[in-house]
Amino acid sequence: MQSSENIVRKAVKKYGKGRENLLPILQMVRKENNYLSEDQLREIATEMDLSAADVYGVATFYSFMDMQPKGKNIIRICKTITCFMKGKDSIVTALEDALGIKMGETTPDRKFSLLEANCIGWCHKGPAMLINDKVYVELTPEKAIQALEEYR
Amino acid sequence: MKEFLELYQSKEQGFTITPDMFVDIIHESPEVTLPPKTAQELREYTSQLTFEKLDKPAIIIGMGTCGLANGAQSVYDAFQEALKKGNIEAMLIPTGCVGYCAEEVIVDIKLPDYPRISYSKVTPKDVPTLIEKTLINHEPLREKVLGIYSQGEKNSWGDLPEISTIPFFKIQKKIVLENCGVIDPENIDQYLIKRGYEGLQRVLKTMTPEDIIASVIEAGLRGRGGGGFPTGQKWKFARQSSGDKKYLICNADEGDPGAFMDRALLEGDPHRVVEGMIIAAYAIGATEGFIYCRAEYPLAIKRLKKTLADAERYGFLGDNILNSGFSFKLKIKEGAGAFVCGEETALIHSIEGKRGMPRPRPPYPTTEGLWGKPTVINNVETFANIPVIIRNGATWYASIGTETSKGTKIFALSGKVKNVGLVEVPMGTTLRQIIFDVGGGIPEGRQFKAVQIGGPSGGALPESVIDTPIDYENLKEIGAMMGSGGLVVMDETTCMVDLAKFFMTFIMSESCGKCIPCREGTKRLYETLERLTQSYKNENDPEEALLRFQGMVYIERLANVITTTSLCGLGQTAANPILSTLRYFRDEYEAHLYERRCPAGVCKELLTYKINTDKCTGCTLCAIKCPAEAIVGERKKAHYILSDKCTRCGQCMMTCNFDAIYVE
Repeated sequence: MQSSENIVRKAVKKYGKGRENLLPILQMVRKENNYLSEDQLREIATEMDLSAADVYGVATFYSFMDMQPKGKNIIRICKTITCFMKGKDSIVTALEDALGIKMGETTPDRKFSLLEANCIGWCHKGPAMLINDKVYVELTPEKAIQALEEYR
Repeated sequence: MKEFLELYQSKEQGFTITPDMFVDIIHESPEVTLPPKTAQELREYTSQLTFEKLDKPAIIIGMGTCGLANGAQSVYDAFQEALKKGNIEAMLIPTGCVGYCAEEVIVDIKLPDYPRISYSKVTPKDVPTLIEKTLINHEPLREKVLGIYSQGEKNSWGDLPEISTIPFFKIQKKIVLENCGVIDPENIDQYLIKRGYEGLQRVLKTMTPEDIIASVIEAGLRGRGGGGFPTGQKWKFARQSSGDKKYLICNADEGDPGAFMDRALLEGDPHRVVEGMIIAAYAIGATEGFIYCRAEYPLAIKRLKKTLADAERYGFLGDNILNSGFSFKLKIKEGAGAFVCGEETALIHSIEGKRGMPRPRPPYPTTEGLWGKPTVINNVETFANIPVIIRNGATWYASIGTETSKGTKIFALSGKVKNVGLVEVPMGTTLRQIIFDVGGGIPEGRQFKAVQIGGPSGGALPESVIDTPIDYENLKEIGAMMGSGGLVVMDETTCMVDLAKFFMTFIMSESCGKCIPCREGTKRLYETLERLTQSYKNENDPEEALLRFQGMVYIERLANVITTTSLCGLGQTAANPILSTLRYFRDEYEAHLYERRCPAGVCKELLTYKINTDKCTGCTLCAIKCPAEAIVGERKKAHYILSDKCTRCGQCMMTCNFDAIYVE
């Protein structure tokens, strides 16, 4: 609890209390903490003089603001049209099998979360996925599983 | 390479060059006279930047995300190691994406007095051979050559083709993308040498804001993000709006599935976008600006940060830009994964720190935008067009394109086409030229079926209309829209009902939920399509059949209601994928509805798996594998599939060693 309070204070101090800084603050807290807890949202609201409902509303609107504890490494598989045409489903199945979790879940050791993302702009080289900030393209089930090894 | 300013100022010359002077010098302004020694040094430096004159070889590696994803980093490392090992002197220069993404990793080698030679599909294994053949023996490695860029060098490579003559580049006209893949996007001097920031300098010194607006109107530039609103008009409205403070926003929230041109521009030539923005800010009188970039583009955000820092250091951003008295501050705002934020009023709300939901217009942002102040929002590609309009003139720009749509348009070509990548063509080019001439047609000898233009807001166009010259009006007429310019090519293996369903799933989950037509309507549309493509289980349920027919009876009416009553552009165009596929591929809908079959063989639940009794050897493999126990038969005798038990999982077909299982 103490540490999460510090993250919130640090973020508010860095960006300022203005309403326009809510998104960057949420982004920073999410990044440092891997997700946004309801307690943190309440703290942000108090610090910024906003209602807790307001902060909650903003945080839940954006898909990158994770409200559940996420793994250290976040896998985002592009779910849109070309990746879908090029066989994204088999990549999902392969990753689900390799990690032993379903789409949207996190491994028990908190190393990986498996999520879907909107177009990540790699349509010409689908199927594609992001692991944290790194892009992996032209995936095959083998290549996808191999990519995981870098993070194990 | 070290920057000139850094290089120069570190020496004791008794003569300092300010960034402003440097720009003058680099653009050969006659007003500046330099001491002979400095002038000589500068000439040497610039000739290195353009690779015209080199004292050692330059190896230029395509390291946009595109190249990186294909292993450009390991190629770079391999070169570095090999050069060190062989004690060979050469420069390693990273660059952005040249657009020919099917051929990455692309490595260009420029030897002194030889034309720049471009190699494609380079792997770390090729590096020693490339070094030995090209760098040491001055011979091309023919099987990897893409083409050459001649600038009148002394020596030649023999009969190698010019890069501009190979089919992928032949009909392209690279104006906005001219620097992508050619310069190092993180080196501001490389942009400067390509006449970068010349436009900015010209407007600050010689043009009034009104001149700029008139010029952009005359050029006929229209917004590249979707609707195609005349850019100059938009600026004029904002200029005329009263207000003590005005804002400028660059919409880099490129969310359309199938579109990646903004990403490529931000990664390959970010200074061009920033220059366009500064000019726009000066024209409308904005003092503060934002680039709203989506979180899905980490490299673009990283490059933008460096770009802004460099531009500020050179005096192109910040207070008193190039001593003109004009000040402009630019910040990056990172999105957080909401498609609707590409809509301008939603984007404004997002910057303000609120839920990214749109609001009704008018008032338009040009009168009441960010924090209630007049605001201009343009797309990345629109801004990237500005510097060249200023530099080459409005008349020149207006001479390219069609009657109503001027200039060029970048398309992101993907899907079932041979040459995927970025394509820049003059407005008025036909889709057929883009798909078949630039794109090289459909791979694996398949037939072209449709092209989805403009993402979920656009439409799927069949072969009968792809000879239409592309411009904003023509596309609307044939039931699509320019959108941001994503082109997803589909062949006969794509089911159009399934495609429409895909887009409905997308829109349904991305609808912000503020207005009912979009929130509820898209869901009902989706359900209608789902009933068409699924439900083998309740095939004989009369209620289900009734709902299926009823849905199709009302689908067009519902689609039209959503189109006419939704709040924002996203909702108003949400039904387009259905309307366009109904218009051009009605027969496929009918096959799904009346005959309960999918002509493309995609909608699994409508397929019937059957066993060819002549081919079946009775090995029992499929029967063992079948999870639903739907396959029966005696050992060594032909098997049968019980259709009502079959779950259409397709396992049997994959298992069969004799190709005995087929679908109908």
